[in-house]
Amino acid sequence: MSNRRHNIAFWAGVAVFLVAVLAMTQIVRNEYPFFAGYVILQFIALAVAWSILGGYAGYVNFGTNAFFGVGVYTAVALFKATGAPLVVQIAAAAVVGMLLGFAVGLLTLRMRGIFFSIATIAVAIIIETFVMNWRFVGGAAGIQLQRPAVMAPFDSYVKMLFFVQAILVVIAVAVARYIQNSRIGRGLQALRDDELAAECTGVPTLKLKLVACMISGALISAAGAPAAMYLQYADPSSAFNLSYSVSALAMSLIGGTAHWIGPVLGAILLGSTQQLLSVTISSEVNVLVLGIMLVLFVVGAPKGIIGLLRPRYRLRAGGKP
Amino acid sequence: MFSMDLLLGAVVLGVLLGCFYAAVSVGLSISFGLLDVPHVAHPAFLVLASYGVYQLNETYDIDPLLAGLAITPLFFLFGLLAYRVYYETFEKRGTDAGVRGIAFFFGIAFIIEVLIILQFGVDQRSVTATYIGKAWRFGEYRIPIRQLVAFAVALALTILLAVYLSKTFMGRAIRAVAQDEEALRLMGANPVRIKQFAFGIATAVLGIAGALLIIVAPVEPTLDRAYIGRTFCVVVMAGLGSISGTLIAAIILGVAESIVLTLFGASWAPAISFAMLLVVLAVRPQGLFGR
Amino acid sequence: MKRRTFLGGAMAVAVAGHGSRALAQQPPIKIGMSMAQTGGLAGGGKASQLGIEIWRDDINAKGGLLGRKVELIVYDDKSSASETPAIYAKLVDVDKVDLLFAPYATVPTAPLMPFVKQRGLLLMGNFSFQVNSKVGHDMWFNNAPWGPADSWASSFLDLGQKAGGKTLALLSADQEFAQNLVLTAREVAKKRNMPVVFDQNYPPNTVEFSSIIRALKAAKPDIVYVSSYPPDSAGILRAVNEIGIGDNVKIFGGGMVGLQFAAVMSNLGSLLNGVVNYNTWLPEPSMYHEGTKAFFDVYTKRAVEAKVDPLGYYLAPFGYAMGQMVEAAVIATKSLDQKGLAKYLRDNEHKTIVGPIAFSADGERKESATVQAQFRGVVDKDVEQFRSSGKQVILFPEKMKTGNLISPFEAARK
Repeated sequence: MSNRRHNIAFWAGVAVFLVAVLAMTQIVRNEYPFFAGYVILQFIALAVAWSILGGYAGYVNFGTNAFFGVGVYTAVALFKATGAPLVVQIAAAAVVGMLLGFAVGLLTLRMRGIFFSIATIAVAIIIETFVMNWRFVGGAAGIQLQRPAVMAPFDSYVKMLFFVQAILVVIAVAVARYIQNSRIGRGLQALRDDELAAECTGVPTLKLKLVACMISGALISAAGAPAAMYLQYADPSSAFNLSYSVSALAMSLIGGTAHWIGPVLGAILLGSTQQLLSVTISSEVNVLVLGIMLVLFVVGAPKGIIGLLRPRYRLRAGGKP
Repeated sequence: MFSMDLLLGAVVLGVLLGCFYAAVSVGLSISFGLLDVPHVAHPAFLVLASYGVYQLNETYDIDPLLAGLAITPLFFLFGLLAYRVYYETFEKRGTDAGVRGIAFFFGIAFIIEVLIILQFGVDQRSVTATYIGKAWRFGEYRIPIRQLVAFAVALALTILLAVYLSKTFMGRAIRAVAQDEEALRLMGANPVRIKQFAFGIATAVLGIAGALLIIVAPVEPTLDRAYIGRTFCVVVMAGLGSISGTLIAAIILGVAESIVLTLFGASWAPAISFAMLLVVLAVRPQGLFGR
Repeated sequence: MKRRTFLGGAMAVAVAGHGSRALAQQPPIKIGMSMAQTGGLAGGGKASQLGIEIWRDDINAKGGLLGRKVELIVYDDKSSASETPAIYAKLVDVDKVDLLFAPYATVPTAPLMPFVKQRGLLLMGNFSFQVNSKVGHDMWFNNAPWGPADSWASSFLDLGQKAGGKTLALLSADQEFAQNLVLTAREVAKKRNMPVVFDQNYPPNTVEFSSIIRALKAAKPDIVYVSSYPPDSAGILRAVNEIGIGDNVKIFGGGMVGLQFAAVMSNLGSLLNGVVNYNTWLPEPSMYHEGTKAFFDVYTKRAVEAKVDPLGYYLAPFGYAMGQMVEAAVIATKSLDQKGLAKYLRDNEHKTIVGPIAFSADGERKESATVQAQFRGVVDKDVEQFRSSGKQVILFPEKMKTGNLISPFEAARK
């Protein structure tokens, strides 16, 4: 099959998805699916964005919460200072996330494996401390926000946010897919398999790593930005919650990191399970399920869901989508 | 606000606090530093040990340190088992153990958290002992005795481990397996058995460390999350696998935290200690005392 | 996902014939809420929930509300703000609950305020602090006794000034609730021209307070106002006991969360003596109202099997009171109409097991009923001692007062 036909199939799928989402916002009156769906979409975007660095390049970023929180607080600060509209908030968050990714990448240029992960934890704690001491955005006390009026064609803000997050998912997936099939993806894959060997054969590993850090960071921050308007409230301990880091990692691994569809599937499975559990069992058992699922998957299905679905077909980065 | 007097006090308290940090990190220095296991469940094991100590203290009124000592054999066995599972599922199969290993241990940590909640509830727990709540007076200075106890035990524990690893046969074997597994295999030793034993030691130490944790401050089931950053920070700053380095790095962290808490804005304390870690990582990735 | 559902807007609930019909024939009245079952707020959340459940069982034993059984729908919000919007959307749009109770504490409640305002829903608050001040929802009623925002700090500073205190030290956790408390304390001190000689926010998960207490002691304040969270409250009191706080301190405490919970109190034991701290309910003669004793008899029994706080003074009776207020409003208006209920709640004074409750326009108590009480004669390792009166002597409000402040702090500790 040709790449071109794959491209057409992919973009057709995207179009169907977005139209379906838009139609849903127009037809469905009940708001709960949008509240819950928003959270799941947010996790898809986070997992896909995370796996650009964590999956393709094998650099485990523990600081997803840092990028997420930076996205939230960029939106908060901008909204409070200028009342900027949602699109501007998200774009600004993406830029700030990209800069943060650049800084983190530069700082950790020579760090490998777990050292990189630990450095990202440190970054997350430092940034959270800064936000806690930043009075303009409420500091540790948190800040309440008033949503502006909703824009047509939506009749409620949550529906609009749902649609916006769906677009962010599409952007994240398209970027991940592009990277996976491009020279960057193959370079990242080489870097992940054997960084030294890759460097020796002329792969610009440092540059690639930096680029992956920036893209992944920008996408995570962008996915976090609408959370400010979703919650209409922001406080540092919620925005920089460690659970974003663990979830992004868990969803990617459960789905499988070799292909962009892995994190998507993982996020849908884990995200909807969590949403379901929080309104059914609704107790500490909820955390237990996450723990058990993580252990079961990493032990029983090393290649994640995509490894289970297609055991014979070896999906690799750079393979067919 | 600045005064020499306060500074001196801050340094003394910081050294005490640092030794406590060393005690809770030293097990990780073996399991992660020497054996390369991404043991993010280390703090969860630690909190579990504290609850074990709490249970013994509450029902039999045993001194927390003795209780900590009493559970070390149990934790040793627990460590052997945990490493076996980890080895069979990851190291034996080879590739990509890092990422999945981290996820695996996160899963274990969550499961431990929930089991503690189911057994003990969510309230914080603490222990009683004669040395908790009193202070040692030295002129105008007053130093909490529990801190001194934690300091002494932590110091003894780290020195004992450092000596064990450098002077005994098994200790040297553990160091050897960390450096060159293949050579050890060629010499006819079984590296997996040695690693398993080392992981057992690393976990057993948590019995004592858990006792210190609950002596210094009350514990609650999700306390482990606060210690992931701290313990890894100490081990990495020290340089992987260096036990004496762990002690010094922990003291540096303790003193820095204490000085910031006393003299500058207390709210900046976490940023300062982790900024130090970042600087160390960026300038000297092998850690302060790494090879 | 359900694609065909009706009613996105306000919940209009038709109330069919009430009274003598058998309970089983009519659908139950559903009350929805989220409550922390995990995370930092879980200890309080579970106790609060038990209080509400006892009310539910009492009302159902009496034949329900409007002849219908009362049913609670409770989900876990993991003590986090990010969970509650989806949960309350589910409660309203899918479960179609008739009434909403807020989750325990401020953080999980804050994101709900715009939602209930927009939908025009009645929300019974559960111990959050000033969440409605910026939103201005007129159908919000907080069960907590806080009252006007500054009353908390001013009552404590009054006590300190009466004892001859001139300078103030502030020590606060760098977390949401504690920060809000210390903000009002700063404002009150400024209004009174009281010099603040020490003002520190310590970060969450601080292990060791010895260094902070040393610095505080060096500033030689007269009044020490502390707003802290449970793990820290214990750490601070330990450090104060070990390091000492100096002879100038007239009064110490104010806003320490945790010293209301049985586990923490029995852990700290005699270290508590002398501390003046806020509380909501105490087993003092002035705090008993109709039904209070009966409530605690039931609570004490059920707390054991539910593995929640054995005393339950802080939150549980207010959970019950929240139910009582709704009960009174529904019976008086003979309907579940949200606007009607809100109007009734605002216009009347309500009799509850925690005393009469009246609301001001912002949905907070008209007058503060937050107690400031001093610990006295507490011994180590004994939960039961806190059931008898005299262990926590009430200094404020005047109406409930059961004793006078012992000052300075060092003298009161003995």
